[in-house]
Amino acid sequence: MIDQLPALIIVAPMLGAFLTPIIGWRYQHLCYPWTLLVLTIPLYSAVGALFKVIRSGPFGYNLGGWAPPWGIEYRIDYLSAIMLVLIATIGFLAAVNARPAGKTEFKGKEAQLYTLFLLQITGLLGIVITGDLFNIFVFLEITSLSGYGLIAHGEEGAPMATFNYIIIGTIGASFYLLGVGYLYMATGSLNIADLATILPALYHSKMILVGFAFFTTGVAIKMGLFPLHIWMPDAYTTAPNSVSTLIAPLMTKVAAYLMIRILFTLFAPDFAISVVPVATILGWLAVIAIIVGGVKALAQTDIKRMVAYIMVAEVGYIVMGISVMNRAGLTGAILHIINDACMIFCLFLTIGAISHRGHGREINHFQNLSKKMPLTMAAFVIAALSMCGIPPACGFFSKWYLIMGMITAGQWIFAATLLGSSLINAVLFFRIIEKAYLAPPESQGHNHTDHEAEEIERNDAPLSMMIPIIMSALAILLLGLFSGKIIDAVIQHAVPAIF
Amino acid sequence: MTEYFLAKYNFWIYVVLMMIGLYAMMGKRNLVKKLIGMNIFQTSIILLFVSAGVKKGGATVPILRHSDYGPEHAEHLIRVADYLNPLPHVLMLTAIVVSIATTGVALATLILIYKRYNTLEEDEIMAIRKDIRSYKTPRILRSKD
Repeated sequence: MIDQLPALIIVAPMLGAFLTPIIGWRYQHLCYPWTLLVLTIPLYSAVGALFKVIRSGPFGYNLGGWAPPWGIEYRIDYLSAIMLVLIATIGFLAAVNARPAGKTEFKGKEAQLYTLFLLQITGLLGIVITGDLFNIFVFLEITSLSGYGLIAHGEEGAPMATFNYIIIGTIGASFYLLGVGYLYMATGSLNIADLATILPALYHSKMILVGFAFFTTGVAIKMGLFPLHIWMPDAYTTAPNSVSTLIAPLMTKVAAYLMIRILFTLFAPDFAISVVPVATILGWLAVIAIIVGGVKALAQTDIKRMVAYIMVAEVGYIVMGISVMNRAGLTGAILHIINDACMIFCLFLTIGAISHRGHGREINHFQNLSKKMPLTMAAFVIAALSMCGIPPACGFFSKWYLIMGMITAGQWIFAATLLGSSLINAVLFFRIIEKAYLAPPESQGHNHTDHEAEEIERNDAPLSMMIPIIMSALAILLLGLFSGKIIDAVIQHAVPAIF
Repeated sequence: MTEYFLAKYNFWIYVVLMMIGLYAMMGKRNLVKKLIGMNIFQTSIILLFVSAGVKKGGATVPILRHSDYGPEHAEHLIRVADYLNPLPHVLMLTAIVVSIATTGVALATLILIYKRYNTLEEDEIMAIRKDIRSYKTPRILRSKD
């Protein structure tokens, strides 16, 4: 059984997703415990896989016993293992969180919510675990389609946002498929490890160059890299709260993982520097992404839309770390993938809790929130400190490595952009923290002359939202305190040995 | 010159199809036309893959006929050059299913859009949403005065 663990990671949520509507047909209230039960299996298997990789190095699993390159291989190495743990944990906590909001947003259709939830988690896990290019396409589309189905249930602008996302996202996936096609036509293989040995001889072939261009563009669309990010703010703002806690932290990060795979495992890092100057192009696009994301976030009064624009900037950080092509930069990028997923997860959880308790999403109406929802706002403050890059929250450490990478590469403009973006984040989050903690209550019209401090009722988030909020805030602090250990044990082996 | 165009005419057709699909997604205002453009776009990629499996010298469909070889000899006597490469066909079956699923989800989203805005033209929908955002009753949903 232990040998089959890699297959179990994918099979369990997929079969769970298949059985959920059948269970929900008769016993609607059993869907939630069933989902949580199913999601413990990938969580346990992912943690087991991570420890196995740390103990004895990367390992593979051949589906159906067929040896690669004829069969599909699941390849778990350091980067895959840590991404698996990330996806499984955030998926489980997002499912725990989904119940209160899901009851209002998906009234009567909870079975469908949990089905699509499980399918999305299957797709995300599949993208990071598989070592076969076409299999990545299939899982990419599973993820995207369940995402489209979930987002369409949102508020006023959600169906239009979903339709735009469908069109743009399908172009991205089709470009990825084209890239796979060109590479297959040139080499005859679909296995990543196999292609990595065949491709170096073919680096100057036009077919490989075009395939690489389609790959990069397709993955950039899925990742939301400027200027291909236009679907992101609308889709993530209008999505239902129970859904955006799952999709927002993970989808862009998994696409960033895919870009790291293409640039470093499939094609040698040498390709992106000398044969095609893709590293330079990606770096400058990332700079513009950070600036645009920060500036547009400053203009928002809706907190969810603000965080969506901040995510555009965060993608810029990761791509900037990839583009400098040295050890510190890549370590920073991978660490930032993990940290950013936790930070965005915590932010969306707190936004969902605040919205669920009826306080809306307008920043100007957040007075006295620290008294009404103290624990939630404490977690929000921890996430905000992490976003600004203040130790010991994890954001500081990933930004440290990113800036070290920029300085090593001599890219002073990149480093200045990173520092400027931290300042913009500080402005963005501190105005919310000030509103929630320090602003005096506005006079509502009835007489305030008698009592200065009214009794403000404390109405914190419900328990199934509180547990993920506390755990993600703790995770931000723990990831920060233990970043050194994480880098030593996992990330430094995930960076290619050339650097 | 003729080598470049006539010998590879099928690839030129796929390029034209892909550009038609891309134009429809960008240039058409009706949402259903955009969706069909996306479908055409995906179809061209599928056709490209299938073309990649063709072999010179009159290769035929990759289905073994047991009457030629007899069942117990089938593994030993296959001449690979006689049969088309079946792998692109198999991959494209998956891609066709993905395309159908995407079209299905998109059509369901279009039903939601139609229920909400009572139109499927993109410019009208943007005008309605602008009215909604500025708190005016949208033109289409206002009662006839």
